[in-house]
Amino acid sequence: MEKKVAIIGVGQSTFVRQYPGSIRELAFDGFKDCLLDAGITAKDIGASVVCSAPEYDKQRSPAGVFAEYLGLNPQPTFYVESLCSSSTTGIRLAYSLVKSGLHDVVAVLGFQKMSEISSSESQERMGRGADIQWESPFGTMMPAYYAMYARAHMEKYGTTPDDLALIRVKAATYGQINDRAVYRKPVTFEMFKDPENIMGRPVATPLRVGDCCANADGSSCIIVASAEKAKSFCKKPVWIMGLGSATTSVNLAGRDLFSGLSAAQDAARQAYEMAGVTPKDIDVAEVHDCFTIAEMMAYENLGFAEPGEGKELIRGKETYKEGSIPVNVDGGLLSKGHPIGATGGSQVRTIVLQLRDEAGDIQVKDPAIGLVHNIGGVGLYGNVTILGR
Amino acid sequence: MGKKKEVDDRFKKFGTVSFTAITKTNDFITHLENGKVAGTKCLDCGAAFFPPRADCSHCLTSNMEWFDVAGSGKLVTFSKLTFAPIGFEADVPYCIALIDYGPYKVFGRISSDLPEEDIQIGMEMKTVANTVSNGQLNYVFAKA
Repeated sequence: MEKKVAIIGVGQSTFVRQYPGSIRELAFDGFKDCLLDAGITAKDIGASVVCSAPEYDKQRSPAGVFAEYLGLNPQPTFYVESLCSSSTTGIRLAYSLVKSGLHDVVAVLGFQKMSEISSSESQERMGRGADIQWESPFGTMMPAYYAMYARAHMEKYGTTPDDLALIRVKAATYGQINDRAVYRKPVTFEMFKDPENIMGRPVATPLRVGDCCANADGSSCIIVASAEKAKSFCKKPVWIMGLGSATTSVNLAGRDLFSGLSAAQDAARQAYEMAGVTPKDIDVAEVHDCFTIAEMMAYENLGFAEPGEGKELIRGKETYKEGSIPVNVDGGLLSKGHPIGATGGSQVRTIVLQLRDEAGDIQVKDPAIGLVHNIGGVGLYGNVTILGR
Repeated sequence: MGKKKEVDDRFKKFGTVSFTAITKTNDFITHLENGKVAGTKCLDCGAAFFPPRADCSHCLTSNMEWFDVAGSGKLVTFSKLTFAPIGFEADVPYCIALIDYGPYKVFGRISSDLPEEDIQIGMEMKTVANTVSNGQLNYVFAKA
């Protein structure tokens, strides 16, 4: 394994429904958590990359505002956006900044304060991450797009709404014990069957309320460093082994695959090749479960299961902490929450803590290699990152 | 003072709520007004595009002609929305869907006349120009 670029610090704010502060204060929480973890100061950071989906903010160009508030002047800072995968795109950029030698230490700061706008406004703006000219005028929104994938997956492979409910139950199992999660309550399989319970209420058929992730306010921060800096600053560096990134047509009319995400498949292939590993080598994974069907497709697109056999993994509890391939044992986007720009960084944080054997109650037994799957839009952007200790 | 320049913003009529007013494919709206759903075809390489494009990224040219989305295609997938984004509340419930015509696919809504239990993946559907209750224009999929 190439040990050239490391992650030497990870942090995140607690994900909450309504953060009682401004965006710079929200960013401070994740940044502080990360600096304390890394044992460095703002002066050690050569540049920062700020990641979010800008349509939620009144502040234009938050990067410059954060740089001042976090004590990162006069170092350079800039903003990167790829919808819900913004912060792993930030990590891809940080990797290249460090590998090129331009900077030794780069902070990747993701954030989102979704509560700045109402839930239906949020649906409308999230929907604008799709094709606003040709699709949005029909009244599209993210759950409906993923519902179309769910319907196609069910039709082709016999996946059922019950299989999807099992994924939600797993997420809630771990969300309950993650003190940084927005949704701390249990979710049972029976709740989906109870007509009085909100979990089973349809949103966009076949997806129900319980199939959808929790909006949240949150921030995350990851410090990426050169091997030299990693050795001087850090006892347990985690190495970036593989990076994959791909795109596909924004309009569904331009796509051929509806039972999986082609950008995730392409990104996974690239990341495995760069890292020199196969799906069987992955000991723990974080996947982009913005909806239950997204986790099901991730099992298959990442090669943890053959196409159509993802349902066997969740039925057999193979993606639980004790299973053969633990997935989203921090609660995932479904229960930990999905503050758009902060999500990828939070996924990376979980895997880094796992590889350092510091994940506490959700620690998987002795993992050596972990994977992060972070998707932007309806599979428009796909980032896969493979990390090793 | 000079005469106020006329702006061709026909596309603001597309869909329940349009998020685009000006595009080089504004003629799409005139076709809809005439009861036709149209795509574009590149005169250089022959590729058919739906949704219509003004430019061909393969040929780097803009020599397009309009063609009618005619005949029927197969329903690829669909979803019925029971919760809508802002601006679409009056339309709920409605089904969004994708139809495969072979050389191209069409994304849109299924006609509200068709009950959900009659909708089956793989069924043959046609694309029909439609006027929305608020006077805007779109197209819907009906049983072929």
